[in-house]
Amino acid sequence: MTEQVTVVLGVIGADVHAIGNQILEYALADQGVKVINLGVMATQQEFIAAAIETGANAIWVSSLYGHGEMDCRGLREKCREAGIGDILLYVGGNLVIGRQNWENTKRLFRQMGYDRVYPPGTLPEEAIADLERDLKEKVGEK
Amino acid sequence: MELALLIDIGSTYTKASLFDLVNYQLIARSQAYTTVEQDVNRGLAKALAQLEGWEKAHYKLACSSAAGGLKIIAIGLVPDLTAEAAKRAALGAGSKVLKTYSYQLSTREIAEISQADCDIILLAGGTDGGDQSNIIHNARMLADSQLAQPIIMAGNKSAADQVITILKQADKEIYQTGNVMPELEELNIEPARKVIRDLFLKKIIEAKGLSRVKELVDGVIMPTPAAVLKAAELVATGYNSEKGWGELLIVDIGGATTDVHSVASGKPTKGGINWRGLTEPYLKRTVEGDLGMRYSALTLCEAIGTDTLKEQLQGLGWEDSGGERYQQQLKSLCRQVDFIPGSKREKLIDALLGRNAARLAVARHVGKLKTIYTPMGPTYVQEGKDLTTIKYVIGTGGVIVNNHNPAFILEGLLYKNQHQPELLAPVAPELILDREYLLAAVGLLAGVEPAASLKIIKKYLAKIELEGFENDS
Repeated sequence: MTEQVTVVLGVIGADVHAIGNQILEYALADQGVKVINLGVMATQQEFIAAAIETGANAIWVSSLYGHGEMDCRGLREKCREAGIGDILLYVGGNLVIGRQNWENTKRLFRQMGYDRVYPPGTLPEEAIADLERDLKEKVGEK
Repeated sequence: MELALLIDIGSTYTKASLFDLVNYQLIARSQAYTTVEQDVNRGLAKALAQLEGWEKAHYKLACSSAAGGLKIIAIGLVPDLTAEAAKRAALGAGSKVLKTYSYQLSTREIAEISQADCDIILLAGGTDGGDQSNIIHNARMLADSQLAQPIIMAGNKSAADQVITILKQADKEIYQTGNVMPELEELNIEPARKVIRDLFLKKIIEAKGLSRVKELVDGVIMPTPAAVLKAAELVATGYNSEKGWGELLIVDIGGATTDVHSVASGKPTKGGINWRGLTEPYLKRTVEGDLGMRYSALTLCEAIGTDTLKEQLQGLGWEDSGGERYQQQLKSLCRQVDFIPGSKREKLIDALLGRNAARLAVARHVGKLKTIYTPMGPTYVQEGKDLTTIKYVIGTGGVIVNNHNPAFILEGLLYKNQHQPELLAPVAPELILDREYLLAAVGLLAGVEPAASLKIIKKYLAKIELEGFENDS
């Protein structure tokens, strides 16, 4: 990644799980990504405002307490409204409660406008590699 | 005997005070109507004529809020982020923020700005390395306009060269300084404040006809609110061996606005609290344009609510408070801006308005603590400053200083009188009165004689207690 890549990171909703968020920040910064970390209990508005102001390439949303569907819905639409409709949106964590079929969950979040959806236990490296690929693809589109 | 002459050229009065710097005393003071429309020196000379021996003063310094004060338009990107940061930088420099704009400026907004009669435009937007397109768009809009005011570029440094070029090509007067928000939610207002202050000295004073005071004194060196902020800082932090009081809050209730200055970190005072939002400046000033005792009396009443005001009057034992008499007084206040309450009833109403202005202005200044119920139990989120444990609240401004019951006015801002449990307002501070109305003068002096000015102001700040009201209705 030659040009500076900026990612807005945060744990959405009333969720206070801070550890995964710290690990992601560390892993991203380690790869030279500029991390704008909103920490825990971030709102959709905070993600969007931060992304606009910092000119971010992607928003990484974590949700670990099972209310992901409720908290994450509408973020893509709000991004469009705010003029950053084509920003990359990634989401990961314990997105739903209980043992549900992962493919269903993934489909659900893809339909909500998230470019990438990650199950629990994903390593940061995987998502970072995806980010690199997605950004290259975007440059190609232009 | 070394003397210092300090002058405050206000919108209505020019006030002069003479200090003895050896014995740390106020020797004399005087005032005359401000005459900035004709020649500011006429009023000044009149005030000085009443002060014997002023010519011998070693320092002759002035601050001013005349001719509308220092008026700034702040422009940013996101309302809660760089636009708010730009606004805070302007307020911190002692200016009046006429309006704050965000996102891409429209032609209509440019027209509005052109008509706003501001002194400086503060242009922000984007964190360093962040968004560039917005601030470049806004620079182009400003370049295409007829605006001739100085523009301060305090936005994304990556866009700075382009912004400067665009504005220079259009022959605009442009100054560059550090970004007011270099990183997300990180406030960096000092560089912008410094440029605003320099501009005030170099340009604005001249433009307002205030530089003429140099014929009589050393000159106007800062806007009055900046002097009060300076005094607040001095009293809180101290100077060398002369100890300060520690964190404090100053409420300045004026005819047009109510200013609140806090010198405090505002960190959460209890454990386990999540502190969100923009970083809070240690030295924070907020200005409420709708909460004033004279020019803004009607908007103040609107903010209080007529019913609440009636209830409060009844609570104080004024049975006929539903009547028209007090309403008449309220209406006449806006027209008669130099009104001084005479009867007990008039004094009470004035005090009550002041109490509410203090309450509302502090409610908007302090932070909030919200409880959020999560699947893991309740968690707490704080936005803004927690000032619950602040030890000193200082009242200043004509209404407080001249009222016979200043503690009644100041008490309005306490937590128990806010009736909003989430507000982080002072709970049990000592109430202090700037009884000779010296804060601005002392702030002026602080630039040259910090030790002496601290000794002086400590002498004249007095603890006050609540008194009762006599009822003559």
